Amino acid sequence: MTALLSVTDLSVAIGSKSLVKKVSFDVASGEVLSIVGESGSGKSMTAKALMGLLPNKASATGRAMFDGMDLLAPEVQPPRGTGIGLIFQEPMTALTPVLTIGLQLTEALVSHGICNAGEAQRRAIAMLDRVGIPSPADRMRQYPHELSGGMRQRVVIAMMMLLDPRILIADEPTTALDVTVQAQILDLLREIVTDTQIGLILITHDMGVVAEMADNVLVMKAGKAEEFGPVQRIFAAPEADYTTALLDAVPRIDASNSRKPALTEPLLKAGGINKTFAKRGAIFSKAARYKALDDVSLTMHRGETLALVGESGSGKTTLGRIIARLTEADTGTVTLSDTDLSALYGRELQDKRREVQMIFQDPYASLDPRHTVGRTIAEPMIIHQELSRSERSERVHELLEKVGLSADMAQRYPHEFSGGQRQRIAIARAIAAKPSLVVADEPTSALDVSIQAKVLDLLENLKRSEDLTLLFISHDLAVVRQIADRVAVMRNGRILELGPSAELFAEPRHPYTRALIDVAPVPNPTRKRGKRPVLQGDYPTGPLSEIGPGHWVAA
Amino acid sequence: MSVAPDIDVTKAPPGFLWRLVRSPSSAIGLVIVLLLIFCALFADVLAPYDPNKMGSGGRFLPPSGDFLLGTDEFGRDMLSRILFGSRITLLVGAVAVGISLTIGMAVGMIAAFRRGWIEAILMRSTDVLFSFTETLIALSFVAVLGPSLQNAIIAVGVAGIPFYSRTCYSAALVETSKPYFEASIAAGARPTRMVLVHLLPNVMPTMIVVATLGVSTAILAAAGLSFLGLGAQPPTSEWGYMLAGSRDYINRAPWLMTIPGIAIAITVLGFNLLGDGLRTSLDPVERK
Repeated sequence: MTALLSVTDLSVAIGSKSLVKKVSFDVASGEVLSIVGESGSGKSMTAKALMGLLPNKASATGRAMFDGMDLLAPEVQPPRGTGIGLIFQEPMTALTPVLTIGLQLTEALVSHGICNAGEAQRRAIAMLDRVGIPSPADRMRQYPHELSGGMRQRVVIAMMMLLDPRILIADEPTTALDVTVQAQILDLLREIVTDTQIGLILITHDMGVVAEMADNVLVMKAGKAEEFGPVQRIFAAPEADYTTALLDAVPRIDASNSRKPALTEPLLKAGGINKTFAKRGAIFSKAARYKALDDVSLTMHRGETLALVGESGSGKTTLGRIIARLTEADTGTVTLSDTDLSALYGRELQDKRREVQMIFQDPYASLDPRHTVGRTIAEPMIIHQELSRSERSERVHELLEKVGLSADMAQRYPHEFSGGQRQRIAIARAIAAKPSLVVADEPTSALDVSIQAKVLDLLENLKRSEDLTLLFISHDLAVVRQIADRVAVMRNGRILELGPSAELFAEPRHPYTRALIDVAPVPNPTRKRGKRPVLQGDYPTGPLSEIGPGHWVAA
Repeated sequence: MSVAPDIDVTKAPPGFLWRLVRSPSSAIGLVIVLLLIFCALFADVLAPYDPNKMGSGGRFLPPSGDFLLGTDEFGRDMLSRILFGSRITLLVGAVAVGISLTIGMAVGMIAAFRRGWIEAILMRSTDVLFSFTETLIALSFVAVLGPSLQNAIIAVGVAGIPFYSRTCYSAALVETSKPYFEASIAAGARPTRMVLVHLLPNVMPTMIVVATLGVSTAILAAAGLSFLGLGAQPPTSEWGYMLAGSRDYINRAPWLMTIPGIAIAITVLGFNLLGDGLRTSLDPVERK
């Protein structure tokens, strides 16, 4: 098969700073090339260079032969849209919010002079139908905000495919989407590649997505190509050490899990929790409210790690926040040891708060930018007036070393640290309060996979050394499988299944749990599967009944 | 351990003043403001004539060796009037902005931190005040309190509150929703600590910029009141009034208008440069 696009020695530099160094690869028609790497690896820069979309100060050298022309030659204008299409990560920002979908779809066809408006309309509707959008004619008159994230991404794909490109570049196309929606979009991309024989360049950080989608893989690190080859070979016998390290760091949903739930006394009991939120902009109508949590009850045992898993809107974060008393429940009680937290107010609450600490998702907003790291970590001790000044400093140093940083970092400010380091600092602050329960809300989802692995290890170790109980909130089943003793699966504000981790992954009893596990990408290219189940419709959401020891399922 | 235990790690590294004067523009700002304060403090010593004495020289004398900045329509020495006027101008700028800033920030931060009905009351009353122009609020205030310089300053200060509280409220709202803020709540911090230790330093940069721009607005607003006879009473020398009152002589003696104008411009520039420098040197990210 001859290559559609053949890239040799592509380099990108801004001034003397080299961002991409001599990268070479080929893409043939009907083939998926995955460019995989962590943040700062230069994978997006590579794509931008091919599209001629580099920032002004950047310059690209090398050769990229496409359709008889060199895309990198200065006089060549890359055939954006018609030759090469581009799909972005954020389906919301890729569409103009103030124009109808129909207008945005037909605009390119008309402005490229491909056909007249009427024909463009007809083609656009056909294409929307092709990418699996129900009642496409009606959608043409809708605005982007009226569609869900997955639907919007389909619209963007339709927009690109309308121009009949030979190559499609998709930059993290499913990263912002829920795992079930991700599965559908990946299926769609696969189908398009098979049917139209275009070449797809799929940029991703997710080894699971690579394994499921790619024919060839280019592994990048710090602007360099570490390795390029067929997907089977890369996964079975990686040549570069970095590839091996990357694969080892990936949490495996198909890994064995021998964790046994601890049979200790209950630490936390949450009972009958309800929470409704008003929909935005709906002040005067009572109807425009939605239930974030619907009569949820949960018990946590001392020393265990319980994971809350679900897609966006499942209520998992709300439940975590209510337990940490950062959000007030409408009804329900949260009892920690023997104290009813939900009945405390004012100073009593403030004194008791330290028992439950929270670690947040965004490592950048987690630390006060105007306080030194030392001051941030020392805050719980300052608030509760513990220890003398020098003892406090000593304790801060001790905590910093405990989370894998060095003591002399105490006087530096958050902006001087990387995302992973900041998350470590946030963890140090949490344990400085000597809590009995830590609520970690997606603590690693903003981090690169190799850093995620280290932070998860750190949490695991601290849990043991500090005698913590951990409520781990995540959308990532593979991560959950690695860290959790017990798992609670949530959807639409209800717990659908709750059980020991090993059992729940091996034999999911609720259809939704089964579907969630099925759609999660597995970093194993030899595991081929048919079309994924579509996750829609109704699932049993009735009261939980115990079907095995400690294993509860909604009937 | 690599750090001596007697260093208090919770304290910010020193060197605030050094960072402030290191940048040329904020150093210039600081010099201008210090110079103004110096003039205001020592106006008695520095001024060659009595600022209010008519006929120190002839009328409308252009700048010369005897009268460095010339004389006005009553033969009063302009240099002396400008020097004495700096007292009032500084007072107006500092006190009026101080009033708007303190009350505005308190309102904005409390509303953003407390939310609920307190927020509703505070911000809706701000909106009501906002719907009147500042001059109208200031005028009605003076109308109630009676015309005097002191009341004009208070009036200008009060009239500025809605703008400051709105700005502060939006800045504070952003900060209170950030996880670091919630982490402190989770650590058990008291409301006063949340507001003073976390909220205040993080809204301060925005407010400093707003306040330095506000100094000029306040000076001009007070000048407007003086011109209407509701602020500084003649013969008190006040820059805004001097500027406004000399409009009739713009062809005959242009310096009467130019000089107070330049004085106001320099003052405003000084405060703006200083404010910008303050904002930068308070920001940890800009320290490098």
